[in-house]
Amino acid sequence: MAYLRSILRSGKNAVPAVLRREFHRTLPAAVQQVTVRDAIKEALDEELERDERVFLLGEEVALFEGAYKVTRGLWKKYGDKRIIDTPITEIGFTGIAVGAAMAGLRPVVEYMSFNFSMQSVDHIINSAAKTYYMSGGLQPVSIVFRGPNGAAPGVAAQHAQCFAAWYGHVPGLKVVSPWSAEDAKGLLKSAIRDDNPVVFLENEIMYSVPFEMSEESQSKDFLIPIGKAKIERKGNHVTLVSHSHVVSRCMDAAAVLAKDGIECEVINLRTIRPMDMEAIETSVMKTKHLITVEGGWPQFGVGGEILARIMEGPGFSYLNAPAVRVTGVDIPMPYAKHLEENTLPQIKDIVFSVKKTLNV
Amino acid sequence: MQKMLTIISNVLRGSASRNGARVVVSARTYADFTPQATFDIKKCDLHKLEEGPPLQAVLTREEGLQYYRTMQTMRRMELKADQLYKQKIIRGFCHLYDGQEACAVGIEAGINLSDHLITAYRAHGYTLTRGGTVREIMAELTGRRGGIAKGKGGSMHMYTKHFYGGNGIVGAQVPLGAGVALACKYLGKNELCVCLYGDGAANQGQIFETYNMASLWKLPCIFICENNKYGMGTSVERAAASTDYYKRGDFIPGLRLDGMDVLCVREATKFAAEHCRSGKGPILMELQTYRYHGHSMSDPGVSYRTREEIQEVRSKSDPISMLKDRMLSNNMASVEELKEIDVEVRKEIEDAAQFATTDPEPPLDDLCNHIFYNDHPMEVRGINPWSKLKSVS
Repeated sequence: MAYLRSILRSGKNAVPAVLRREFHRTLPAAVQQVTVRDAIKEALDEELERDERVFLLGEEVALFEGAYKVTRGLWKKYGDKRIIDTPITEIGFTGIAVGAAMAGLRPVVEYMSFNFSMQSVDHIINSAAKTYYMSGGLQPVSIVFRGPNGAAPGVAAQHAQCFAAWYGHVPGLKVVSPWSAEDAKGLLKSAIRDDNPVVFLENEIMYSVPFEMSEESQSKDFLIPIGKAKIERKGNHVTLVSHSHVVSRCMDAAAVLAKDGIECEVINLRTIRPMDMEAIETSVMKTKHLITVEGGWPQFGVGGEILARIMEGPGFSYLNAPAVRVTGVDIPMPYAKHLEENTLPQIKDIVFSVKKTLNV
Repeated sequence: MQKMLTIISNVLRGSASRNGARVVVSARTYADFTPQATFDIKKCDLHKLEEGPPLQAVLTREEGLQYYRTMQTMRRMELKADQLYKQKIIRGFCHLYDGQEACAVGIEAGINLSDHLITAYRAHGYTLTRGGTVREIMAELTGRRGGIAKGKGGSMHMYTKHFYGGNGIVGAQVPLGAGVALACKYLGKNELCVCLYGDGAANQGQIFETYNMASLWKLPCIFICENNKYGMGTSVERAAASTDYYKRGDFIPGLRLDGMDVLCVREATKFAAEHCRSGKGPILMELQTYRYHGHSMSDPGVSYRTREEIQEVRSKSDPISMLKDRMLSNNMASVEELKEIDVEVRKEIEDAAQFATTDPEPPLDDLCNHIFYNDHPMEVRGINPWSKLKSVS
């Protein structure tokens, strides 16, 4: 509960604790509060409407309205042809979706959890990611794989793994990890319009979190380019680079550190692959200190990649201290609440790491 | 008379252009060749079907010559690939199709070029029937810029219009094919997808997942199992609890037929296509066929089967000989005419091999291209941090 409250607090401005559940109006008005879930649904709705070739498939996406209610209302609006309930056969339906993409449709595949995508990983990588290259440019594959990724409260080891590093490893894939409602909407629309395979890593913890959506972001053509990070908070003393739900933690930690006069620059990666190293380097050249913060495992992770690239690039000579990573603990996710809380980066862990890096 | 014959057959040959392209040529001929004949073909074994394909097939002279030419081209192309592989000009994996020609040619004869097809890695024959040229195929095998995939794919990754490869992961092509069929149904163009796999792949779980969804959603998909009796080095009896592959679709109707007879394959494919196009959903065909080569070029193919077995199939059931005998014994072609086709085919293969060995390899500039489609140019990290390579769509 405290965890959820802290996430809520870290929305762009202070947000009410009452979560609204109404279907978001499509008429652009002034700034509005929109949950990440509704933002995703809006993106799906708008893209389904815009392009006949877009269709959704996955478990429970149609009649059940989505295991996490992300696709609520879509089946009623678009019917059986465009919103398809699949049997519980991940490798089969992923292969079918990739085949449909090869033949010119634009499927959006939902995984009830990216943990289940492991069954389909052969199709995501060998049938989708590599095909345009192997065919010498003859066969593109326009497809989006989306669903909740990473930690969720109480779901334990087999349902809480973060796949950012796994998919981020593969040339031929684009990998996106939104944080806010605006991220979710703009990036999902871009992903669906992209003619290449995109892995879209949502997070269950963020679904119910409301964010302010500007008038511009409510337009049907609002797109956020894949491959560009966003500076969520400007600062001069240390750069915190993060993605997905952990950005909330970084914002909270930044607020705490500000009281001690330490100003953090928080970068929301938005895209894992291709990664916006330029944004990170520019920030590091200013702050001279770098900490990557993620929920995934430390070995061969997103943070490891960022640090390696900083070593190899212009940013290295600006560092006043070694760049470090804050990550999930290198263990399968435990169930008990106290153990779970100590497996993921908390505000105190980020604060501690910042102070260590700054030697204060 | 002989001169007249030669002129006629030259005209006919000229218009029967390359590969598996279906050419409709008038059946009028001034020679005393039989313009068409009806042949008895073996009955298919049926599963969940009241009736099967017809027991007779009509073959016109033009069709016969075209099937003969295509099968012979396929045969010679594969044998040339064998030669080039032994000379180390072709590298890596090379899975040859000789012996199975009647399957590829018969299937294409039963569908349209506007239909779709996907298969596994033993794909050179299908690349040809689906519209690839021998030149492009051979140059892809030798990894040259004139290859059908610009030299970037190799033996197992060849693509052309409405042909989705060439797939290296056993069984993966089956759900992909059902996905293509889903697109056919979605787009409402009355097209279907032929989805091929071998006896080895037939035990893959994802195939059963695909049978389920294809059936549930009535996808216009013809599943075809090319049963050549061996999955790599494992005979069917050692791999499958049930070797009745045409029944393994359970709720999907199935046919089992002689895959060495091009007419049998054609009639069954027409029957299956009709089933799909009428909205009845998927159907399964098992073609009993045989490969003369081992699994791939690194397999001599005799450790798990006898030379006698291979020889027996060659002498008694060779698909090209079978067609040739039928045409000759029904006066549908002359020995000289067929020999002339052989000579032309040999020349085509030689020219293609010449091209494939002399065409340059793709330029290094092309190394990082074709990662993303319709995207702005990007930088790709090279082997060391100072190596920044360029990638365009």
